[in-house]
Amino acid sequence: MSTRGVEAEIITELRLGLPGNSSSGEKNEKKKKRVFDEMVNDEGNSSCSGNERKNENTEKMNKAQVVGWPPVCSYRKKLIQRDNTMYVKISMDGAPFLRKIDLGNHKGYPELALAFEKLFDCHGIREALKDADNSEYIPIYEDKDGDWMLVGDVPWE
Amino acid sequence: MAHSFPEEVLEHVFSFIDSDKDRNAVSLVCKSWYEIERWCRRKIFIGNCYAVTPRIMIRRFPELRSVSLKGKPHFADFDLVPEGWGGYVDPWVSAMGRAYPLLEELRLKRMVVSDDTLEMVSKSFKNFKVLVLSSCEGFTTDGLASIAANCRNLRELDLRESDVEDLGGNWLSCFPESCTSLVSLNISCLGSEWSLRNLSALERLVGRSPNLRRLRMNRAVPLDKLANLLRRAPYLVELGTGAFSSELHPDVFSNLSGAFSGCKELRALSGFWDVVPAYLPAVYTICSGLTSLNLSYAAVQSSDLVKLITQCQNLQRLWVLDYIEDSGLEALAESCKNLQELRVFPSDPFAAEPNVTLTEQGLVAVSEGCPKLESVLYFCRQFTNDALFTIAKNRPSLTRFRLCIIEPRTPDYITLEPLDAGFGAIVQNCKELRRLSLSGLLTDRVFEHIGTHAKKLEMLSIAFAGDGDLGLHHVLSGCESLRKLEIRDCPFGDKALLANAAKLETMRSLWMSSCSVSFEACKLLGQKMPRLNVEVIDERGPPDSRPESCPVNTVYIYRSIAGPRLDMPAFVWTMDEELALRLS
Repeated sequence: MSTRGVEAEIITELRLGLPGNSSSGEKNEKKKKRVFDEMVNDEGNSSCSGNERKNENTEKMNKAQVVGWPPVCSYRKKLIQRDNTMYVKISMDGAPFLRKIDLGNHKGYPELALAFEKLFDCHGIREALKDADNSEYIPIYEDKDGDWMLVGDVPWE
Repeated sequence: MAHSFPEEVLEHVFSFIDSDKDRNAVSLVCKSWYEIERWCRRKIFIGNCYAVTPRIMIRRFPELRSVSLKGKPHFADFDLVPEGWGGYVDPWVSAMGRAYPLLEELRLKRMVVSDDTLEMVSKSFKNFKVLVLSSCEGFTTDGLASIAANCRNLRELDLRESDVEDLGGNWLSCFPESCTSLVSLNISCLGSEWSLRNLSALERLVGRSPNLRRLRMNRAVPLDKLANLLRRAPYLVELGTGAFSSELHPDVFSNLSGAFSGCKELRALSGFWDVVPAYLPAVYTICSGLTSLNLSYAAVQSSDLVKLITQCQNLQRLWVLDYIEDSGLEALAESCKNLQELRVFPSDPFAAEPNVTLTEQGLVAVSEGCPKLESVLYFCRQFTNDALFTIAKNRPSLTRFRLCIIEPRTPDYITLEPLDAGFGAIVQNCKELRRLSLSGLLTDRVFEHIGTHAKKLEMLSIAFAGDGDLGLHHVLSGCESLRKLEIRDCPFGDKALLANAAKLETMRSLWMSSCSVSFEACKLLGQKMPRLNVEVIDERGPPDSRPESCPVNTVYIYRSIAGPRLDMPAFVWTMDEELALRLS
């Protein structure tokens, strides 16, 4: 059977209904295709905003961040990450989701403070760090013994 | 004819028939054979826990001793199945606790297991012998403590790659002193920090288990304890070490080397966490007997890997990181002529630039040098059609071929063409191919090749490939033996799916995520095919809050005689109208 023959078969037989259902036809196919194209190409006008955003984002995103790709088992990924990175969980009161950052990506407390501000869309941590005497707040953290410590005492390394 | 043999004779004959396929065939011969067979079947494998219910299983096979179940779809390994999707084993264990008091073996893969379930297992089955939890989750070391404490005749406890919450405590001490039946213990997935009490409990357990042949330890077991453990278990056939690092000390080395040379039955080695290359020679004395070597956690340079591997002339299986590089694979091809399976994992899959020189050359060399090669899993960053032609020509005996070019849609790096022709050569030459994973730049042409030639293909994984519905149609209409199809991020839509609806009932399952299948098509499929469960997974909210033509995030379709499942979380919708009406 030649490819052409199969192709021709499909164009006539494939449609949105199962064999026997003749109500849907060419019209539906074309309509459906257009909607998908719209979603992929069209910025502003979209009936499926969630999906469209996702398509855009997938293109813009750093490829390394595509979920589940490359297909390395999460079990193995955890082990690779262990060796290369130092991920920590961060939560902010009032924020619905926790965030994770790689401590290895930052070179000091001020950079870390900047990352926090970016992640949670808040301000003031960096200023408080820089100018402790003049600011209303001081950044502190709870260490693994459960004690509250002043940020900056322990050297970054 | 059936009446000329008394039942007992037939039963005796059937007891020699082990394979599921043969047993199923036997049961189809006639009614009396069906009856005799179902009463004497002792072992069952259920590839999809939602394809059947515990009640149906128990009703047909009242005397099972060994049950294997699989839960979540394969792509759950790559975080594509949201938390809470399902795969709970509890209803199975509850039902079996009542129906199969003599159950001996339970093997689960990708299922959710709770501590309560484990306790139920440990108390319901007096003769329980084998527990294998592969890529399971939901339980803690407390659950393991129940198993250790209550299963008097435990032979096998294998936790491969499961996600176990370590609550501290020392569950290993829960094995009573009277427990001496262990044959296999795999705890390699457990935490990397252990109390001294756990370590000494392990030593004592190993010391009183004369039948222990397989021992896979976790990272927490330090190298200086290994020699002692080996001396207590010199008949080990398989060993997974703990951390393979220590301060360099000649005593530790000679002690370890001596212990290894005492283990003359060793055939498989794994572990090697945090390995210090200077300690690798400690295993040299047993290398010639090794058939399986898993170095996929060993971050070690190619030259050190090669020194070890070239001593293992009888190696049949090698798992390794891409640190081995092309040069190391060439050395492998020279030394290990019995190699059957090769897996090369990426050391840094998310790096923008390659950190090692591992290319298509390495795999080509192995395909040239290893005449028995049949199973390949290979992660790399570049490939060519030519290389695929060569591999296909060299190794027509390949049965499993999984190539992962790390960057999606990467073309042949020399010709810049899609890799259609190369993969086409693989399916055309390797007539026994049962499993295939594709990657790189691929058009519908590759699917045409697959549909035409891959007649024995049972499992196919596709990502970022194809042009449109025709591609999917080729696969569904051409691959006669297809059982599992998993697809992500491909422009496949409704047409091919609906035109091949009947095909889906001949398969275990179909997974399609980030494709172009509309909600409307899912509903239609669900309505027209009552023996298929069509499930939409979408975390954006109910699919009917969007236009019907809108693509769903994921559709998971599987055949089932159990009807739609009742344990779906909020983000999974079944396309069964009746059920939807009933539940609304």
